[in-house]
Amino acid sequence: MERRKLGRLVRPAIILSLVFLGTACAAHAPQDYLKNLAGSEARKANNLFVPVFWIAAFVFFLVEGLIVFAAVKFRDRAGRDEPKQIHGNSALELTWTAIPALILAVVAVPTVLTIFSVAAKPGPNQVKIHVVGHQWWWEYQYLGTTPEVITANELVLPVNKPAYFTLDSVDVIHSFWVPKLAGKQDVVPGRTNTLEFTPFETGEYYGQCTEYCSLSHANMRLRVIVKTQADYDTWIREQQAPPVQPATPDAQQGQQIFMSNICITCHTIAGTQAQGQLGPNLTHFASRGTFAGSMFDNTPANVDRWIHETSLLKPGVIMPRFGCGQTNEPPYASMKCISDSDIQAVVAYLESLK
Amino acid sequence: MATATVTRQPLFSRPRSSHKGVWSWITTVDHKRIGVLYGFTAFAFFLIGGFEALLIRAQLARPNGHVLNANQYDQVFTMHGLTMIFLVVMPLSAAFFNYLIPLMIGARDVAFPRLNAFSYWVFLFGGLFLYSSFLLGGAPNGGWFGYAPLSVQKVTGSVPFAHNMDYYAIGLIILGIASTVSAVNLVVTIINMRAPGMSFFRMPVFIWMALVVQLLLVFALPIVTIALFLLLFDRILGTSFYIASNGGDPVLWQHLFWLFGHPEVYILVLPAMGIVSEILPTFSRKPLFGYPVVVLSGIAIGFMGFGVWAHHMFATGLGPVANSAFAVSTMFIAVPTGVKIFNWLATMWGGRLRFDPPMLFAIGFVTMFVIGGLSGVTHALVPHDYQQTDTYYVVAHFHYVLFGGAIFGLFGGIYYWWPKIYGRKLSGKLGKWHFWLMLIGFNVTFGPFHILGLQGMPRRIYTYAPGMGWDFWNMVSTVGSFMIAGSILVFIYNAWHSRKYGEIAGNDPWDARTIEWMTSSPPPEHNFDQIPVVHALDDFWHKKYVEDKGGKLVPVPAGGENGHSEQAPEHEAGEHGGGHGIHLPSPSYMPILAAVGLPLIGYGLIYGFYISIVGGLILLGGLYGWAFEPGTE
Repeated sequence: MERRKLGRLVRPAIILSLVFLGTACAAHAPQDYLKNLAGSEARKANNLFVPVFWIAAFVFFLVEGLIVFAAVKFRDRAGRDEPKQIHGNSALELTWTAIPALILAVVAVPTVLTIFSVAAKPGPNQVKIHVVGHQWWWEYQYLGTTPEVITANELVLPVNKPAYFTLDSVDVIHSFWVPKLAGKQDVVPGRTNTLEFTPFETGEYYGQCTEYCSLSHANMRLRVIVKTQADYDTWIREQQAPPVQPATPDAQQGQQIFMSNICITCHTIAGTQAQGQLGPNLTHFASRGTFAGSMFDNTPANVDRWIHETSLLKPGVIMPRFGCGQTNEPPYASMKCISDSDIQAVVAYLESLK
Repeated sequence: MATATVTRQPLFSRPRSSHKGVWSWITTVDHKRIGVLYGFTAFAFFLIGGFEALLIRAQLARPNGHVLNANQYDQVFTMHGLTMIFLVVMPLSAAFFNYLIPLMIGARDVAFPRLNAFSYWVFLFGGLFLYSSFLLGGAPNGGWFGYAPLSVQKVTGSVPFAHNMDYYAIGLIILGIASTVSAVNLVVTIINMRAPGMSFFRMPVFIWMALVVQLLLVFALPIVTIALFLLLFDRILGTSFYIASNGGDPVLWQHLFWLFGHPEVYILVLPAMGIVSEILPTFSRKPLFGYPVVVLSGIAIGFMGFGVWAHHMFATGLGPVANSAFAVSTMFIAVPTGVKIFNWLATMWGGRLRFDPPMLFAIGFVTMFVIGGLSGVTHALVPHDYQQTDTYYVVAHFHYVLFGGAIFGLFGGIYYWWPKIYGRKLSGKLGKWHFWLMLIGFNVTFGPFHILGLQGMPRRIYTYAPGMGWDFWNMVSTVGSFMIAGSILVFIYNAWHSRKYGEIAGNDPWDARTIEWMTSSPPPEHNFDQIPVVHALDDFWHKKYVEDKGGKLVPVPAGGENGHSEQAPEHEAGEHGGGHGIHLPSPSYMPILAAVGLPLIGYGLIYGFYISIVGGLILLGGLYGWAFEPGTE
């Protein structure tokens, strides 16, 4: 009787949790870190997690099952006697102290081993990249390339080659995270943290900042594009090339507007008078698939809107809104706006910077 | 008093003892009234913090939400955290401590009644100070953890945040004063004012947990106070304790904050564990299984709680050796916690369980806390914590511990002791509605957070793009959060309804075990007409029942050594008669007066020192009056 009742409770619970898990796994989630892992450290972490997850699931069903069982079996009913007064049982209590302690001691061994295994170590034959966190975008400096490749938000890596990162921040603490490839590493001003992983599969991977860094924390996203070694080498060569000279009259006009405005105080375009350091390097802007902390696809329409509305799209950014009819807060309150046609020209120039 | 023959008018006179009107509440030093004040204030903040939670859930229900903008969202989630931790769970626990400690140890009041009133007023004004920031330019927006150097930044990107985090630093310092003062008071009370015969190992587990919590507060709060002062110095004096470019270190803040912050987790949950340890035996009609082990594991948790702080910082870059050490300590703090859960289970085992609302909430606590505990163990898998940390997986974990744990336990306590406080029971039927609605709503809200976290959704983001796989579970969670809100409405209606229609409780409505149930409901101002003499753990129970040789319960025959026996009033100073002859401290204006000074000092640090001077003078005046007012009127 009781068993049947319990069965009626347990079966739907199991089915429900399976449905729960099933739906969870079915959804397409580019930052999921349980499956389709493509990086060495992400796989190591998962290998540690999966067995412990099943141990935890077992303990969960055991303990919750016992509680529900006790609640059903020992509920007060008519005619039930007063219970026997049991004050404790040392043997039992020792058992349920010792068994969890033993399980945890067993789990601790692979945990510590994996901690040391995922600790970053500099070595030969690594791609070495210095990551700089900014409110709210990422800067990547490819160390050892001359001229040095500097890009933003989209990180390009060769497949099957260890990548070694040093990470630093110019303002507040950020955290660099690409879940399919590796666990996160905080980016702390004044400390150079390190991270190492090897991507095993080509493709595009999502990531984002995971240490709260105020207004546009949610918009500090990034992509990692893993290419074959040959494609990667080509990409490096293209990035090292001087920027394309604008060919169309539109783009030429855009360049002139860009160079004569305050754009150049923040942005760098190699080989021009634009040598600002506050914003992303735009030398090969058009080679990137996304921009503004990987918030938007890099299309002319999006860039046009960005230059018009900037901080309406990404709260807090220090870039002013250049579109006419926009009001800026101080310190840009008295800034002159740029006409729609001029902004279009700037977009044409930027989109020519392959 | 017989000696009160001096005719000279004292410099300060004390207000008359009265039991009616606002003024009597403002000047009260009665631990029960202060407990009630704590409770109502904390509940009001609970509603505000809950409203903030609903705003958060409304904003995140869909991708690219527009309920709040980024600036508003940052303030709301920061204040939600600060409110629930410092203005809800801590003071709600303090409400129980204040009301119950003297009653459960058989004392007439706490050791320092005026100090007790001072703690409450400082807490209230600290909370109001924190919330006044919404009207004065913007609330704290750096997260409850206030990581430097963001918390030092006065301009973020292009947006100025002049004082938001000043309110954070000063507000928490003021609230810390309230908690420290109260903790010292309660430690002294528990150690020194127990009834005759109540040795340490005859104290109820709730009192044990209260003692551990107060000691944790005494040791943990100074750490965060120092951290907050350094933050304040960085902000208003231009020092660089946390600024790397000038030789400071942002990680220093993290160490100090979490060295407080982790014990704080146990400060939040141990009171609920104490409550549950009282409810389960009463409603199982069995003694707590392994009382000494439950007590010792509570103490062990208190100690070990100081040795696990860096598990909040695994991704900070402390290095593999430190991370390994803290991984191991974090795993092993699960052991005493697990022991408690098994002991609670064994308490229920073989009992005669009655499912009144207190019992439902206690079982809710145990079942939900198991989930939070298990996800907590997975955080100790450091390489995987590099993945989990700062995602919704962690948000799921601590809501299972602090809501599924602390809040469920505290509601259990409210249903359990309500009849003692008001003389009427809350409706059991409505209580069951409240419980089931809250349990389901809670799991619908926070269960999906596990999935969202494992799908890579970071914490503290005001928005997310479509196509991340997060849309569905966020919507589910938002629906759940409104179910929780509905359950709270049921509770409020229940409380309101019980004022007139609640079943009259009598002294001992649950056939309970501890001595607070011996006195009337509500208890007289002096708590007990006669201070009970304690002969055993669960003394009141043993006055009602004995065990035969086989361990069976046998009621003590009526008229025997029965707890319901007519109380024999024995007046200590029988001038007035009727229990009023018992010497009790008089009310005082001074605690609230002194407390008003503190937020003024705080405003002065932000807006100009002259306000601080005024505040300082008021504080000093209050303390001076406190010292010189007559002992009783």
